[in-house]
Amino acid sequence: MEDLVDIEQEIRTKFPEAVVYVQQTRDVFPTYWISKDYIIPVLGFLKTAPGLQFKFLYDLSAIDEQARQNRGAQPESRFTVFYHLLSFSRNQFLRLKVACPEEKPSVPTASTVWANANWYEREVYDMFGIHFEGHPCLRRILMPQYWQGHPLQKAHPARATEMGQFKMPEERMLAEQDLLQFKPEEWGLSSEGKDNEDFMFLNLGPQHPGTHGILRLILQMDGESIVNIVPDIGFHHRGAEKMGERQSWHTYIPYTDRVEYLSGVMNNFPYVMAVEQLGGIDVPDRAKVIRIMLSELFRISSHLVWYGTFAQDLGMMTPVFLMFYDRERLFTVIEAICGDRMHPNWFRIGGVAQDLPNGWQGLVKEFLDYMPGRLKEYDKMIMKNRIFKARTKGIGVYNTEEAIEWGVTGPGLRATGFDWDFRKKQPYSGFDQFEFDVPVAVNGDCYDRAVLRSEEIRQSLRIIQQCLDNMPEGPYKSHHPLTTPPDKKYTMYDIETLINHFVNVSWGPVLPPNESYCGVESSKGHNGYYLVSDGSTMSYRTRIRTPSFPHIQFVPYYSKGYTIADLMAILGSVDFVLSDLDR
Amino acid sequence: MNEILVQILIIVGVLLGTVTIAAGLIYVERKMLAVWQQRSGPNRVGPFGIFQVLADMVKIFFKEDWIPPFVDKKVFIIAPTIIMLSILMSFSIVPFAPGIVIADLNIGLLFFLAMSSLGAYTIVLAGWASNNKYSLLGGMRGAAQMISYEVFMGLSLMGVVIQVGSFNMTDIVNAQKGLWFVVPQFVGFIIFLIAGVAETHRLPFDLPEAESELIAGFHSEYSGMKFGMFFVGEYLGITLVSCMITILFFGGWLGPSFLPPIVWFLIKMFAFILFFVLLRAALARPRYDQLMSFGWKLLLPLALLNVLITGAVVLSNA
Repeated sequence: MEDLVDIEQEIRTKFPEAVVYVQQTRDVFPTYWISKDYIIPVLGFLKTAPGLQFKFLYDLSAIDEQARQNRGAQPESRFTVFYHLLSFSRNQFLRLKVACPEEKPSVPTASTVWANANWYEREVYDMFGIHFEGHPCLRRILMPQYWQGHPLQKAHPARATEMGQFKMPEERMLAEQDLLQFKPEEWGLSSEGKDNEDFMFLNLGPQHPGTHGILRLILQMDGESIVNIVPDIGFHHRGAEKMGERQSWHTYIPYTDRVEYLSGVMNNFPYVMAVEQLGGIDVPDRAKVIRIMLSELFRISSHLVWYGTFAQDLGMMTPVFLMFYDRERLFTVIEAICGDRMHPNWFRIGGVAQDLPNGWQGLVKEFLDYMPGRLKEYDKMIMKNRIFKARTKGIGVYNTEEAIEWGVTGPGLRATGFDWDFRKKQPYSGFDQFEFDVPVAVNGDCYDRAVLRSEEIRQSLRIIQQCLDNMPEGPYKSHHPLTTPPDKKYTMYDIETLINHFVNVSWGPVLPPNESYCGVESSKGHNGYYLVSDGSTMSYRTRIRTPSFPHIQFVPYYSKGYTIADLMAILGSVDFVLSDLDR
Repeated sequence: MNEILVQILIIVGVLLGTVTIAAGLIYVERKMLAVWQQRSGPNRVGPFGIFQVLADMVKIFFKEDWIPPFVDKKVFIIAPTIIMLSILMSFSIVPFAPGIVIADLNIGLLFFLAMSSLGAYTIVLAGWASNNKYSLLGGMRGAAQMISYEVFMGLSLMGVVIQVGSFNMTDIVNAQKGLWFVVPQFVGFIIFLIAGVAETHRLPFDLPEAESELIAGFHSEYSGMKFGMFFVGEYLGITLVSCMITILFFGGWLGPSFLPPIVWFLIKMFAFILFFVLLRAALARPRYDQLMSFGWKLLLPLALLNVLITGAVVLSNA
């Protein structure tokens, strides 16, 4: 890999003492440990240097190294902050790690380099207690302000039973309620404008139909136009990452379903791929194509929910019912294959849970015949509706550069005219074998994002048609011993297989200590899992990179100056899911 | 003596009839929306769910009628009654058939306009008294919307008045014996239809409520029968506007004689009620400023032009 040397050399030439250690990981991302003093200059250099241009801060989080046994030659560290960067020009990911050995861990803030580092660093502070020097507003983001301790530290209890009895006396309740009161000064907002006008602070949510879930946005308003927005998230936080540290590699799969509950198997997808990468498992072709077919079916399902609710946000009553009807038809197909509807828990390490049922072709074909007509109808009813156009065209506009700066992926990025789809650019699971187009829009407004998604439904139908026509024969799961549930065929003939089977079924597979990252182009954007294995039956650290998190962080930036009605259009066009936002 | 009895009978009949129709609309709207939205709609209570109205009514009567502690209590209670009263008062000038009218006023049309203007108070007062930011926004929007559309509504009817030369509703119907006014007054009809939707604040003009942004706007804080009054008030409003369209532009009770006049009237009225429901199923909600500029920049000039041309034509014919 020439590229690899290139990056390291560039950094070493510019900052001779910056690179402390070069780590090898299963995902073949170049992984460099950078000295804490150099991290910000190195990040700034990587972002702008010609030939590197890691313009995109893809993910930022940390690992608590306290209980880790098999670290190999990695530098001494109590907490490790890692940065995932993406370069579009090189089509390459890069991982930087920074060690914080002290008792009072701190790292300089990267929010001076990337705007979207702000929330990621708040999350790390909230979850690990790592301070970011110079951060503009370092306060808890997912946990409530009164929370004691930092949940993703290994010392923090993971179960309610380890935490003592829960009591809520009245004074505590009042104190906690008081903390939920919005005080503009804390956020650096003033209640009076320059010309002595009074601003109104409007609390939108956590219970509000326009936010599609428990999201709280605090609007600073001048009349009906928005001056500023402060999102308050974390109401849907369930500790999905912490749960990953307590579940075996296999039993965590159903939890992934719930992370982004509208696109079902598309959550299983990156997780099982990351585990397979760790274990070195090759997936048979049939399983790959089944996975693609199911994930595209779920992309349509998710887009249908988005389409209907978006129209409803703009006051259209009918589309949501029609689209849920279509989704119901789609679910009958999914149900026949997976046995479940929204959370099918269908992918397994090394393949899928079962082979396709008899007659699946008929069901899929019926849906493929049915859907295009409906889409045409929706185009007429929604996309060509003049009120709809008036409400969405020129609303919520941002350009490619801003989108990249704020970490936008998926349709939101493509709507700005930037052709970047991971299914094309970094094909996984055999997407390179499929013929489909990546719809790209121009203006980056709400209307473009809408048109783009409705076009994506058509492309997904195309992919499913190809799956239907070319479904390979063969096993639906790999014979690798680490797959779950393991192959049972030879257990009665061969003691090795029997022991393997017994151990893998009772304890779950043990994956070699290493690190791996995998992502997929999900319906909302790029969705990925970063797994750290410590050579145990459970993951040491499960990091879920979800698209909604940066997307919602971006909303205040480009919705200033619009009205509440426009904000509903903008939120609808973002297509976020609260469980995806808070995990 | 007998005349008074007949008069009382008509009053009771109109009152009961309109309120029943308004309540029945709960079922009609839910069922028709369901038909257009590929759903079943109410189908549990009674055959085809026709007792849904009863169930809804029983429910709304027995709901706790809660008054939040932070509201302006007196105004909060008065607000929903205004809409009921003003709309029911308007029905007094509606001639359903020859002779079936409570008060055949010679300023009937003006009375209707006056009463419908009062409806704006409901929204403003309810929004204001609720002491809630969303309600306030809804109330302000509602006030601005109703006052603006009031203007075009009045102007759009002037064409009809010029042609008839009277504000009396019965005269207006009788003047349409040759030709329904929808033909010569087509522009007036369209503007009145739009203004009528705005007056009843139904989709696409439901900005004071705006479910997805203002969470029911001016009546967010209302519950129980007070909410029910807004609800019935809205349906009464639809019925009233449908009646007015029928009378002013579609010849009221006039029709071939194989059916009695009242039946013709009801048929036409129901057709417009269904049209209102269909509107709700089909359209999106414009933004507030778009709605206002549509009104002032398009409807107002059109309405004025209509009055001008009608006046000129009538003058030249005379």
